[in-house]
Amino acid sequence: MNSVVFAIIAIFTLTFALAAATNPRLMHAALSFAVMFVGVAAFFFLLGAEFVGLVQIFVYVGAVAVLIVFTILLTRRDAEKDRGFNWGGVIVAIAVFAGLVWAILKTQSVSIGPPVIKALTVKQIGEALMTSYVWPLQCVGVLLTAALIGALILVLEDKRE
Amino acid sequence: MADSLDQIFIRAKQWLLSPLVGHAPNWLVQIGSSLLNIIALLGVFLTLFALISVLERKILGRMQNRYGPNRVGPFGLLQPVADGIKMLIKEDIVPVRADKVVHFLAPILIAAAAILALGVIPYGRNMTPFVIDGGILFFFAVGSTNELAVFMAGWGSNNKFSMLGAMRAIAQMISYELPLLITVLPVVMAVGSLNPDKIVFAQKYYYFGFVPHWFVLTPWGATAFILFFVSGLVESNRTPFDVPEGESEIVAGHMTEYSGFKYATFFMAEYLGMFAVSGLAVTLFLGGWRAPLPWLAFIPSYIWFFAKLSILLFVFIWVRGTLPRTRVDQMMNFAWKFMLPMAFTCLISAAVWHYAGRRLSGWLWSFATIAIVYLVLSLFLDTRKKFTPRTYRFAE
Repeated sequence: MNSVVFAIIAIFTLTFALAAATNPRLMHAALSFAVMFVGVAAFFFLLGAEFVGLVQIFVYVGAVAVLIVFTILLTRRDAEKDRGFNWGGVIVAIAVFAGLVWAILKTQSVSIGPPVIKALTVKQIGEALMTSYVWPLQCVGVLLTAALIGALILVLEDKRE
Repeated sequence: MADSLDQIFIRAKQWLLSPLVGHAPNWLVQIGSSLLNIIALLGVFLTLFALISVLERKILGRMQNRYGPNRVGPFGLLQPVADGIKMLIKEDIVPVRADKVVHFLAPILIAAAAILALGVIPYGRNMTPFVIDGGILFFFAVGSTNELAVFMAGWGSNNKFSMLGAMRAIAQMISYELPLLITVLPVVMAVGSLNPDKIVFAQKYYYFGFVPHWFVLTPWGATAFILFFVSGLVESNRTPFDVPEGESEIVAGHMTEYSGFKYATFFMAEYLGMFAVSGLAVTLFLGGWRAPLPWLAFIPSYIWFFAKLSILLFVFIWVRGTLPRTRVDQMMNFAWKFMLPMAFTCLISAAVWHYAGRRLSGWLWSFATIAIVYLVLSLFLDTRKKFTPRTYRFAE
């Protein structure tokens, strides 16, 4: 049962990922990308990681997809035409793929059995974030603050003259 | 008697499902149960939508010293039927240069998101259509797809008014989503769960036997409730904040190029979103389906929920009838300079309340925290009596 669901979600996700990569119309590609994020969230639900799945939708569909769409809208006007073959992109893609394959092969095999649902409370998540993952959390916080200040400086630039 | 009335809908559902139980496989029963929940949810809220669309016009008419709809049916109550038929038989126009697929998908996505968000709210004892542990998170995760849908509507129409309206809508939705989310966190902190049922359960008891444990009765809860309500007004694009569809400026914002039933879908999604935000406010701050006084608990739980919901909806309409529209810059300043700091203060104040023992002293400490921050903020944000020569950014 679970492997059937897995296959369906995988086909769904891959279809939209391919659409995002190949669609010449940038806006359609970005929207397919957003749908792909929903597919990834479905994987988390399948594994019983409800919280992560919901955060995936919340952050990626709600925020990142809107950000991408806005970036396309505000920066490129004639982008729908240029469609060259980019060797640099190919190399980066192969490198990322190789890295992912290496990481997947190194981990112990994850079986997609029936999800083991340990009722994960908000308190446990909070404790994990504040104890064992406190450094990554703080680093992400600093990074986001820096990005926020950077964005503000970019906007303030034209007022200074 | 009271108990059977309270659980009458649960019984009805069990009775409807009883031919399946025992004969059909388990998954079929589950699907049947979910389908019944969906039908009930849609039935109730679409009826409520029809009802509120005419009641709103009646109430607004009353406030503006005119009659409102009074031609179709008794007191104009059948007006939504006439409106529905009108919307259905109108011609559906899609602009030639529009992005057909995106233009078509936007109203579907926005309505689906609104309906899904309604699913996690507990409407009565044992009456949550979709029980999920991270219910609150689900609500916001689903709600966050709204922005994408609005963008799709604006961009897919290939119209300047639509695009500008969508940009405004997204800007205000993103800005006010922060206070909306952060004012929910104190409640989550106080309860220790993202499950709406548990949040309602935590507001079960009564101080001195008659003052309910509702979070709105704590200083942080009251502040958070007001902030949440204002953010909710913005998120549902209601009047003091209906900048995205300001009729006098940009026709109808992202809905400019929609006609007929698609426009009705947007309209419906807006109202469903309003119900969802009000329902969540009731659940988080007003004790959900709990009775306000212990000796009134014999009245069925769903009646209490919908009574509280109607009061909030009335306030929505009241505000619409009373206040003029804000400007975009006023709204943004308000979000980032006032709402956000106050929302964070609620968070701190809730922590103070918790660690001071959740009693009278905690109540006072938490009140003091909020009062201090409020006073400081109002000192800094006070812009009265400071008229300076006007400066223009893009003109001489």
